[in-house]
Amino acid sequence: MNLEFEIAGGDFTKAGYASSQVKKMLKQLGVEAHCIKNIVIALYEAEVNVVAHAYEGQILVHIESDKITTKIIDKGPGIPDIEQAMQEGYSTASKKVREMGFGAGMGLPNIKKNTDKLQIQSKVDEGTTVEMVNYF
Amino acid sequence: MQVSKICELLAATIICGEEHASAKIERGFSSDLMSDVLTLDTDNLLLITGLCNLQTIRTSEMADIRYIVFVRNKKVTAEMLALANENNMCLLESPYTLFKASGLLYQAGLNPVY
Repeated sequence: MNLEFEIAGGDFTKAGYASSQVKKMLKQLGVEAHCIKNIVIALYEAEVNVVAHAYEGQILVHIESDKITTKIIDKGPGIPDIEQAMQEGYSTASKKVREMGFGAGMGLPNIKKNTDKLQIQSKVDEGTTVEMVNYF
Repeated sequence: MQVSKICELLAATIICGEEHASAKIERGFSSDLMSDVLTLDTDNLLLITGLCNLQTIRTSEMADIRYIVFVRNKKVTAEMLALANENNMCLLESPYTLFKASGLLYQAGLNPVY
């Protein structure tokens, strides 16, 4: 099963919509609650990252019998140093993002914690692609 | 601790989810930082927060948090209310500060997450 969502950069009113839809779908499929929580927390963090940092983005979800693969592709400033961005507490978030309760430099480490496989590719001034795999 | 007891201690009003008034909550977590809320791995949790916007509700939805008390007299918006109702959440509003609300709940026996 495949699902696809568009994300608008900077629009916090819609941040989390895609993650919410994926959560509903996984519940319908009867996936175990703790597993759903891990998947949607990682996806929500990634979705908020796109809204906070990029101009626009896309979420591609592929659900198989034993796993879910989510790909978050954005057009944006990119991440110059992924290793540094993975460190807890490192953030380049704006004041607006912090006012929404994010931007504490916890997003990428928390995505890693909640996924079984994580790949991040980024090009400065082009964008970032995050691919996450969770096994059921 | 029952939701009704929390209302009594915090002079709080139930904004939605009145059917949860007799539900029992084990632990509380106080934070205005949603990034920290998303790192928790605790069920049956009360979120005590002064951050009153749509992302508080979204974050709680993702983290399976059903009970939220908004402190410092913050008022829930219509948009927040709609999303909370959709997710069967129970929202409370209290005039107390985050510090006072947390202290009263802890003193009355609500457990911390860590």
